[in-house]
Amino acid sequence: MERVFFYFIAVAIIVFAFMAVTNRNMMRSIIYLLFVLIGVSSIYFMIEYNFLGAVQLTVYAGGIIILYINSIMLIEKIGTPMEKVKTVRKVVAGIISVFGLALTLFAIYSYPFQTVKSGNVTTVSQIGQALLGYGNNGYVLPFEVISILLLAAMVGAIMIAKTEKK
Amino acid sequence: MINGVSIYEILTLTSIMFFIGVYGFFTRKNLIAMLVSVELILNSAAVNFVIINKYMFPGKLGGDIFSIFIIAVAAAETALALAIIINLYRLIMSVKTKDLETMKY
Amino acid sequence: MNLNLMILIPLIPLAVFLLLGIFFRRIKEPVSGYIGVAGLTIVSLISFYIAISYFLDFGLVNGEYQKIIVFRSTWIHFTDNLKIEMGILLDPLSAVMLIVVPLISWMVHIYSLGYMKGEGGFTRFYAFLSLFTFSMLGLVLSVNIFQIYIFWELVGVSSYSLIGFYYKKKSAVLAAKKAFIVTRFADLGFLIGLLILSYFAGTFDFLTLTNLDFIQTLNGQAVTFMGLSVITWALILIFMGGAGKSAMFPLHIWLPDAMEGPTPVSALIHAATMVVAGVFLVARLFPMFYFIEDGIALEVVAYVGAFTTLFAAVIALTQYDIKRVLAFSTMSQIGYMMLALGVSGYGEHEGLGYMASMFHLFTHAMFKALLFLGAGAIIHAVHSNFMQDMGGLRKHLPVTHITFLVAALAISGIPPFAGFFSKDEILAAAFEHNKLIWFTGFIVAGMTAFYMFRLYFRIFWWNDPEYKHKPHEAPKTMTVPLMILAFMAAFSGFIPFSDFVSTDYSPFHTHIEWGLAGASVGIGVLGILLAVLFYKKENDLSDRFARAFGIFYKWTFNKFYIDELYFFITKKIIFKNISAPFAWFDRHIVDGTMNGIGNSTVWISEKIKGLQSGRVQDYAMYFVSGATVISMILWFLLNN
Repeated sequence: MERVFFYFIAVAIIVFAFMAVTNRNMMRSIIYLLFVLIGVSSIYFMIEYNFLGAVQLTVYAGGIIILYINSIMLIEKIGTPMEKVKTVRKVVAGIISVFGLALTLFAIYSYPFQTVKSGNVTTVSQIGQALLGYGNNGYVLPFEVISILLLAAMVGAIMIAKTEKK
Repeated sequence: MINGVSIYEILTLTSIMFFIGVYGFFTRKNLIAMLVSVELILNSAAVNFVIINKYMFPGKLGGDIFSIFIIAVAAAETALALAIIINLYRLIMSVKTKDLETMKY
Repeated sequence: MNLNLMILIPLIPLAVFLLLGIFFRRIKEPVSGYIGVAGLTIVSLISFYIAISYFLDFGLVNGEYQKIIVFRSTWIHFTDNLKIEMGILLDPLSAVMLIVVPLISWMVHIYSLGYMKGEGGFTRFYAFLSLFTFSMLGLVLSVNIFQIYIFWELVGVSSYSLIGFYYKKKSAVLAAKKAFIVTRFADLGFLIGLLILSYFAGTFDFLTLTNLDFIQTLNGQAVTFMGLSVITWALILIFMGGAGKSAMFPLHIWLPDAMEGPTPVSALIHAATMVVAGVFLVARLFPMFYFIEDGIALEVVAYVGAFTTLFAAVIALTQYDIKRVLAFSTMSQIGYMMLALGVSGYGEHEGLGYMASMFHLFTHAMFKALLFLGAGAIIHAVHSNFMQDMGGLRKHLPVTHITFLVAALAISGIPPFAGFFSKDEILAAAFEHNKLIWFTGFIVAGMTAFYMFRLYFRIFWWNDPEYKHKPHEAPKTMTVPLMILAFMAAFSGFIPFSDFVSTDYSPFHTHIEWGLAGASVGIGVLGILLAVLFYKKENDLSDRFARAFGIFYKWTFNKFYIDELYFFITKKIIFKNISAPFAWFDRHIVDGTMNGIGNSTVWISEKIKGLQSGRVQDYAMYFVSGATVISMILWFLLNN
């Protein structure tokens, strides 16, 4: 049952991803991206990383997608399709991508992954303690670095986008 | 751990997603659309972290935490990139890649 | 007696040079002159005090003059065997120069206050004058041959800048270049010579090099090359450098042209001090010249000197530019000094020629500087260098007239003026050693008297032309140095020079050989009488004479076409047959290869510049395909 569901999700992700990068209408492309992100979050839920799935949903689907839609509405006329891409370019890019994909898959399938079976479920409190822990499994330093990065990005975004005073 | 689904299948899925993102990055003619492709690439990488953590080191939290970091970085990156794009639009009234080829020979 | 004071002697002119050179826009006309004169006054007083007390007081110990190294420090230390030292050496030779150089320089500094007044570049002039004084003093005080070489080049540079002082005049620029290139060429010989010498001797130091035992060991172990020992070759090459600086034939061609510089410069550099540097150098290394292989190198010196003295005197007979007459006269007199060194022996009385050479250097500096400064006063009054524009000036320029007459009598060797004594010693020394050289010197003595009095009568008597501007006597700043030098030219002959300078550093006594002296005075008087006949009153005797000699006169007037010969050799032979093919090769083959490389780079980049499209997507494509290919290659390499 889970297997069938996974394949369904996988096919949906691939199809929507492909449509997200080929559709010539910007707004539709964003909505397809939204579907892909939701698909990814459902994979998180399937492997019982509930917190991560929730974060994926809220941050991506709730935050980033809205940001995209806003900026598209600011700068593009909705419904104006993008120009066509030259076929030569499509073919070359496709060949390179398929080639790279083949190489990656070849590498993956020739590596023996040692999988471990376990029923562990990661809880939110575990994640919270790990994020703020400074012991052996603590991640407080990267956490702080990310905080500063976010702060800097926020300040930078404001600085870049704001209108200059005359 | 998804019953009946091996790590190879999930990694195949993420690889395909990654290269779809790469293909999009190569072919799109619009900066925002390129950014969408980058989101795909980032997401596939995040999934990889989580999957490998879950299948191979279930007791640990590293992949989980780093996925969260990736999401945070992606959010920051998106916000900044969109700010740049909006500013650019204000300057040249366009976000098409063909209008941004001034840094060449 | 604090000899450390001597360090100030070269350093004060250097300081003046730096001061005037750095602030030459700030320091206005008369002030820079006063600074220069003040500096030189201090230097002169210190030098005279030290030189005189060296000779009369502390120099002579146990009947021998001491060689005192006042100061010596390592300047560049390469290895323990190869190091270059700078220092100050005090011995009779440098003590004599310590009187000559500062005195003439001092007089010229004062004289230039008047002469250079109102000329552009007054401060520049004094700056270079100080630089020259510094270099010359450093040269004469050198403790080793390398230090001499350094200061040798420095005097060359300052001479170059002063000859080209009127750098807007093309002839002055050309003359400066000529002087620099010719002396540089000669200095190449000097450099090679000193490198060979120091390679075989293992030292630069004068005290070691002139040590008699050391010379004997060198003699014993020297390598031979083309029949002569390499040390002899080195000495001949060093003499080549000296010949270049002292304008010996055939490297003399720069000196007449150097008269393009301001006249005080000609007096200081090209008559009294720098041009005797060659004589000084040979005198410094005299024991080597004399003892290495029984003085073969010294014989070269003697014959070159003798030939030059005759050659220059002949040319001087026919020139019309008064400064050029004096220039050729200078060459002739330096030839005298060289031949005196060349015929000298070693030891008490044997070393008479050496002493006479130094004596003549001393007296010649006095009267030749006086002649030049007098000529400067005349040019200042008449605004022309040519005899044709002069005549009857004795009424207009009384002081110049008298001092010029004193100098002319001195150079002609008429007693009791200074030139008589020194010239007599030279002729006596030559007579003892080599009759041919003596006879040359004897003839030249007559010719010297003739051309000097030709100059004198032509300037001060002859006729009474109408001058556009009435010539007037020079200001006090110019006449006072003339009078001081005239005093020296008249009476410095009475200095008992053999008490001070000798080859073996111990005093000896000389007496005047009245027979020889009478003969040389006689020929001098004959020359003067001829000049009286030809030039006292305006007449066409000299022109008729010139016509009678015809081709020979023409050759002489054109300085035997030596300049033209050099031009022929350099332009027609060296430039055309050697340099031109090299230039072609350089331009077409060497440059062609380089340009070809450049052009093909440009061509290739034109073709491939499309890769640099400015689209980040293209770059990403290149990157991903490159990364794919590389990982594939690595994969297969690592798995097989």
